[in-house]
Parts: sequence; C-alpha cells; structure tokens
Amino acid sequence: MTLTLDTERSAPHAETSTTTSPGTARRIRPAVTRLLACCVFAALAVAVLYPLCWMALSGLKTNGEIFSDPWSLPGEPHWETYADAWDQGVLRYLLNSALVTSASVLAVVLISAWAAYGLTRLDIPCSQPALLLVLGAMMLSPTVALVPLSQLLQALGIYDTYWALIVLYTAFKVPFTTFLIRAYLLGLPTEVEEAAHIDGASRWQIFWRVVVPMARPILVSAAMLQALFAWNEYAFALVFITDDRLKTLPVGLADMAGRLNSDWPMLFAGLTIAALPMIVVFLLGQRHFVRGLAEGVGK
Amino acid sequence: MNATTATLKARGVRPARRLRHALYAAPALALIALFVYYPIVENIRLSLYKYSAFSPVTRFVGLENYRQAAQDPVFWQALLNNIAYAVVSVVFQVGAALVLAAALEELIGRRLRGVLRTVYFIPAAVSMTVTGLLFQFLYQPDAGMVNGALRAVGLSSLEHDWLGDPGTAIWGVIAMSQWQSFGYTTMLLTVAVQRVPRELYESAHMDGAGRVRTFFTITVPMVREMTGLLVILTVSQAFLVFNEVMVMTGGGPSNSSQVLGTWLYASAFTGDDMGYASAVGTVMFLITFAAGALQLIHSRRKAAQ
Repeated sequence: MTLTLDTERSAPHAETSTTTSPGTARRIRPAVTRLLACCVFAALAVAVLYPLCWMALSGLKTNGEIFSDPWSLPGEPHWETYADAWDQGVLRYLLNSALVTSASVLAVVLISAWAAYGLTRLDIPCSQPALLLVLGAMMLSPTVALVPLSQLLQALGIYDTYWALIVLYTAFKVPFTTFLIRAYLLGLPTEVEEAAHIDGASRWQIFWRVVVPMARPILVSAAMLQALFAWNEYAFALVFITDDRLKTLPVGLADMAGRLNSDWPMLFAGLTIAALPMIVVFLLGQRHFVRGLAEGVGK
Repeated sequence: MNATTATLKARGVRPARRLRHALYAAPALALIALFVYYPIVENIRLSLYKYSAFSPVTRFVGLENYRQAAQDPVFWQALLNNIAYAVVSVVFQVGAALVLAAALEELIGRRLRGVLRTVYFIPAAVSMTVTGLLFQFLYQPDAGMVNGALRAVGLSSLEHDWLGDPGTAIWGVIAMSQWQSFGYTTMLLTVAVQRVPRELYESAHMDGAGRVRTFFTITVPMVREMTGLLVILTVSQAFLVFNEVMVMTGGGPSNSSQVLGTWLYASAFTGDDMGYASAVGTVMFLITFAAGALQLIHSRRKAAQ
C-alpha cells in the first residue's frame, strides 16, 4: 500500500499531462453514478437510523408484538413501559452517569487547561520532560492494567465509589485534552496576556480572565469529547463499581438486560432513555465535536 | 510571537516563582503518574507472579505466565479475533469511510452533505452497551431483524443463529462495531478531504480525468496523513475492544468470541488467575504501545515536513 502511495505522490502533476479522450459517455456516466451514489447514501442513512428508531418504538410495544411482528409500528403505544423502565433503575443509573460525567468533564477541562497554560506560557522547571510525560501518556491505555488499577483503587480507599470513576476518567483523558488545549494556545497571540501582565494582573487572574475566554471554543470541544467518553465508558465502570446503587448507565443497562430476562420492551425503553442525552448533546454541539476531533487527530 | 513568549518567560526567573508556576502542571502530572504510568509498570511486574485475589501469597514465577499464554488456545483465539477486528475495521472505517467521505464531498450539495454526515455519526454517540444489546436482539434467530431481512429478500437459506454459533459470533460483533463506528471516521476523513485544494480536481477534470481516477491520484495521496493516523488509531482500538464483546456474547459460545480484553477480565475476575491476566494485559499493552509509537513517529515526521 505504501508503494502505491509513494508512486502516486506526484500524480496530480503527472495527471495534467496524460489526458484521457473525452467521449459522450462522460456526460451520461456522471448522472448515473450520482444517482447510484445517492441510493447508497440513502441506504446507509436508513441502515443507521432504522435500528435506533426501531429501538425507540419497540419500547412502546408489548413483548408479544415485538416477537410476532417486529417490523410493524406499535398498535397502541404503551407509554407506561418508559415510565416503568425509568422506575426499574434507569433513573438511578442516569443520575450516576450524569454525576460521574459532569464531575470528570469539569475536572479534565480544568486540570488540562492549567497544564496547557503552564506548559505553553509559564517558565516551569523541567518543562520539556513534563511535556513529554503528559503527551507520552496518550500512547498508553490503562484499560490493559485492570488488575493493578483495582489494587490501587482499593489501597486508596476509593474502590466502589463515584471517585474511582471520576478520577480514572479524568486521569485517562488528561493527556489528550492537554494536547488539544496546548495546540490551541500555541496558535493564540499572547499580546492580550502581555498587556494584562503589564497592568499588574496576576497569573491566576490572567488565566481566568484572558486565557479561558480566549480558549473557550477548544474548551467546549474538549468538554464534549469527554462527556461522550465518560457517559459511554464501560470497562472501568464494570470492574470498579460493584454496588448496584452506584452503577452507571452502560453497566446498569447490561445488568438490567439480565435481570429483566427477555422483557424486551422495557429493555428497549431503557436503552432509548440512555442513548438520548448524548445524541441530543451531539446534535446541539456537533460543530464543537467535529472541531475537537479534527484538531486532536489532524494535528 | 516567539519573542513575546520569551519575554513572558524571562520575567519569571526567580526560583520561587518558577515553582509556583509548576503548580499549574502539577495536578495533571500527578494524576497521570499515579493512574496511567504506575498501573502499566505495575502490571508488567505483576505478570511475573502467580497469585489470587483472595490469598496474600504471591509467588515469583518469571515468564511462566507468558509460557502459559503461548500454550493457551483461548489466548490465541482471542488474539486472532483481535486481528480480525483490526483488519475489518481498517477496511471499513478507513477504506470504505474514505470512499464515502470523498463521494459525499464530490456528489452532494453542501446542506444535504452535512445532514448525512451527522446522521452517520449518530450511532457513535451511543454507548456500545446500548447498540450491543440492541443488536443482540437483531441477531436473534427467530424474531431478529437480520434473519427477517434475509427471509424477506428470499435468502432464508442464509438464516443463522448469528451470536449462538461459534463460527459467526465474533463476526456478528465485528459487524455491529462497523455499523456503529464508520460515521465517526467518515466525519474525520471529511475534514481531511475538505483541506485538499479544489484547483487540483478542477485541473484534473479539465484534462479529462474521471472521478474514480482523481480519487486515486489526488484524494488518496493528499489525505494520507489522516488515513495513516486513522489506521494506527483503528488498529490500536481493535486490540482494546471490550465493551461490545462483553455485552453481546460475553466471549462465548465456548470462548469462540473472546478478545484479549475479555480474556484478561475473565482470567482475573472469574478465573482468579491475576498474574496470568496481567500477562495478557502486558501483551495488549505492547501491541497498542507499538501502534502509539508509530503514531508519534508519524506525526513527528509530519511536523518536520
């Protein structure tokens, strides 16, 4: 694959000299390909949306309806299934997820912004090794270290508490988030900070009054990426939380699936409730999502 | 800008101030050291021991756990499944997604294009637990829609108990994962495709080059930074797979759909063979670390250019 890429490196220029003969087919073919492509695009959109819509609608059906005629719309919508799922524990899981997610979003953005500010704007001893330590951690995935992590959390006395997840979700994503914010700060002009400094503002004031407002777009992107990650994380939540009252949605729902033992409408209602918040967050803030993703991967 | 940064830094020469400045980076460094670096190093150390969670006795066994892995058929099955995961994911989430991103850019008007990209991304915003449980139903032999769709188009000979058959379970999980994730990479590749200067296409089109041709001669080479990075990320993710396998099959039937992540989990928390689980974790670490190092070299080289 590398070979073909290399030989084609200068291809755009080579292309201009080798002209293919234009024929009548050229005028008809684009229309046909466009039509075909549109069919593919539409089919993909349906393939993506249909299962999700089906899931939401199946929450309104009865178990019998789901099995006898899975394709049909619910005969008479059973809204009470959603209410039951809510009471069956989904509310509890939702609150746990909301708590863990918002705490880790706040923590990761704050800690990463501090680190990025310190590493780009301030004179810090050993700043080069520190930077390497932070960015190097992006290559490591602590999910491979479930055994020592569970021992560590037990030693710290936060195993099976909200703190276990908040701390891990934060620590795990600080490297990437710092990288993201740092890249943004490096591209910002420092004149305003300079001026604030001359006016006698302290570093702390400059951080809050100048840097945070100026870096707001990337902070929002980072927050949304973190929310998506924390809301949906499963491995840590499965291993480090055993108390049913503390479980987050991904683990709670998997538990519920076992507990309900094929009460499918209830399960689908629960799944829909769990999926909706992040879909809404994404739809509202997709500009920020895409920016964060693009800056993080593209640089 | 470099000059102003230098003046900013020059002011803080006093050691006390430098230490105070270090406080900004301290929380990040402390968290990373304790919860990212330490567990991974400790994991390597633990992989040289035999012990169980319930007894305090640890026994140093050297590389015994790795020898056990080499002789463990489930370990090899899991590794193969991870490799299959990686290959299929690269084909769909990088290859097909690039074709899709380029085609969207080329053939669809601005507004509709944005809508489609958003629609494709939606599953990626949903937890793997949700999509996993949903697809568990869709794969059901009787009521599931997958078999239902096959029946509807007259292919009932292909009907199958997708997750119940050791031959197809892992493929069912992999397919679900592609459904969920292709929109994510398509979104990223679109960003890369949009950065390709339009003039390149215009001059190529004027010279009579078709779309397929410009895709291979212009798009593919121009976005290879992004595709290279995505290949590495996708492979790395494929070796860390856990959630969807756990939810959809639990590694079964008869360990046919185990991946390294679920086998680590099963060894540690069901089999109570902690040292062995750490060894499996170290193998995962080495593979993903190699991918990460490649990524770093990749972006360094890009930065140098």
